[in-house]
Amino acid sequence: MLNHWIIAPVLLPAVLAALSLFAGRNAAGRVLSLLGTFGLLAIAIHLLCTASGAEPQVYRLGDWPAPFGITLVLDRLSALMLLLTASLASLVLIQAIATGWDQRGQRFHALWLFQLMGLNGAFLTGDAFNLFVFFEVLLIASYGLMTHGGTGPRIRAGLQYIAINLVGSTLFLFALATIYAVTGTLNMADLAVKLPQLPQGDHALMRVAAILLMLVFAIKGALVPLHFWLPGTYAAAAGVVAALFAVMTKVGAYAALRFGTMVFPEGLSVTEGLIGPLLLPAGLITLGIGAIGILGARGLPQIAASATLMSMGTVFTAMSGFTPATTAATLYYVIHSTFAGAALFLIADLARARGAEVLASKAPLPGRLAALFMAAAIASAGLPPLSGFPAKLMVLQSQPSTLVWAVILLGTFLAILGLSRAGTALFWKPEGKAAKLPLREAFAPAALIAALIGLTILAGPITAWLAETAQSLHNPTPYIEAHDLPGGAQ
Amino acid sequence: MELFFALTIGLLTAVGTYLMLRLRSFPVILGLTFLSYAVNLFLFTAGRLKTAAAPIVGTTEAPSDPLPQALVLTAIVISFGMTAVMVMMALGSYLELGHDRTDAKTGTPEDQA
Repeated sequence: MLNHWIIAPVLLPAVLAALSLFAGRNAAGRVLSLLGTFGLLAIAIHLLCTASGAEPQVYRLGDWPAPFGITLVLDRLSALMLLLTASLASLVLIQAIATGWDQRGQRFHALWLFQLMGLNGAFLTGDAFNLFVFFEVLLIASYGLMTHGGTGPRIRAGLQYIAINLVGSTLFLFALATIYAVTGTLNMADLAVKLPQLPQGDHALMRVAAILLMLVFAIKGALVPLHFWLPGTYAAAAGVVAALFAVMTKVGAYAALRFGTMVFPEGLSVTEGLIGPLLLPAGLITLGIGAIGILGARGLPQIAASATLMSMGTVFTAMSGFTPATTAATLYYVIHSTFAGAALFLIADLARARGAEVLASKAPLPGRLAALFMAAAIASAGLPPLSGFPAKLMVLQSQPSTLVWAVILLGTFLAILGLSRAGTALFWKPEGKAAKLPLREAFAPAALIAALIGLTILAGPITAWLAETAQSLHNPTPYIEAHDLPGGAQ
Repeated sequence: MELFFALTIGLLTAVGTYLMLRLRSFPVILGLTFLSYAVNLFLFTAGRLKTAAAPIVGTTEAPSDPLPQALVLTAIVISFGMTAVMVMMALGSYLELGHDRTDAKTGTPEDQA
């Protein structure tokens, strides 16, 4: 008996997006978008409840048996990512409507729904080629959203963003073709079964494919030296779009985690010592560059973009250990940094709308915005009492190495410096009285901060749940067995 | 045939990479197109090179693998769509900025600030 709810996170936005194309800019578009996003939230909560009590469940598209058909797989990690996406999207959509961003160009709502469809599909799919297809769906929607309501500079930043992602797609296809040529399958569970039995002669090819695949995920996750697209793109995009993109970089991290724990796990002779040792230095350098970027940025959007870069560096650093403890820490940090990064982008957008394009601007800003910025800055830097602190603590505890500790702590210090410099320059003005920030525009950033507070207060149960999730990731046998692969594999 | 096929893919990739590194958007688009041609051919080889072998069981003694052909078809459709989007974006950027250079040096005044 198939659980048909598993396909709903892909199907619902796809249908509503198609309808939304007819609705256009009027209220019907908003209704469809709200319906889709909050519907996804409800479905994601339902799926999370299903997934946390049971073994991974497989949804066979067209009822073709794996590995011949495409499978969608619901396990704890994919349910978590679905819920993260849906809750972020709900809050950001409220902000897009409250600030009127959705009215500044055609087809915002259709693109928004297609973007969610791509994200959900990428988190659910159990097939590597299908992952590529959903990457393309979310990218093509993100190209439209990125340039939404924009003129010259934003369109040019969009052009660079498209070009680098097309290169990434090409690399992805090269990797997939190599994997298929060597193993004869692209189903992720089937790959996990077949790779340990790979003949010695094919190891070199498979290592090349694994590296190519990780390069693609590094492009999506903005890992040094493939991060150059991120600061320009995110800083140039509309604030609400950049806030949604906070979860898009996490797709790269998700894919790297999925492949690193299931397809290329520690102890697999083919990729022994290949992935973790490469991710660690790249993650540390990304972290450092992000921290320096925060210190050197000219405006709040640039700071938010650098903070995203820094958080991705931390995510990959934390992930590179590939032990259950590091994976649990990574997941907690992913949740935290998605909300914190989105809050910073929304606040930067509100400041930009009030004339504070650069830090040196003279425009007075409302006190409520200053309070929100302070909370978001504390969260991003990882200071107590918000969830950045336990998140970084978990990362440090799970990676007891001097280098990791030094870089993370020094990076945090630089980030505190940069964020407090920005706060002082922007909000401490001797003269001028700003108009109050309307409550409806303050709602979404405040709700994101409230989510971070919730994440801190409930840190105990959440980390326990994440630790179990990490355990299940590092023991993928139930995930593989759910596929009913021919030959009674495993 | 294998050598010829490999050389073709290599040549297309080299041409694509070179064009992609140019500073104007039109050669960049052409370069990405060449790269996608290369990768489509490469995907095709994942099912091994065979002649006169239909991908249908029963019609020939040793049918070819149908999956890479399906993959290539998907990849062609996607890269075609992506190229169209990128051409539109490049056109928009050209009309807005009045030039088609992709580097920041010759960009808008705020790039130089």
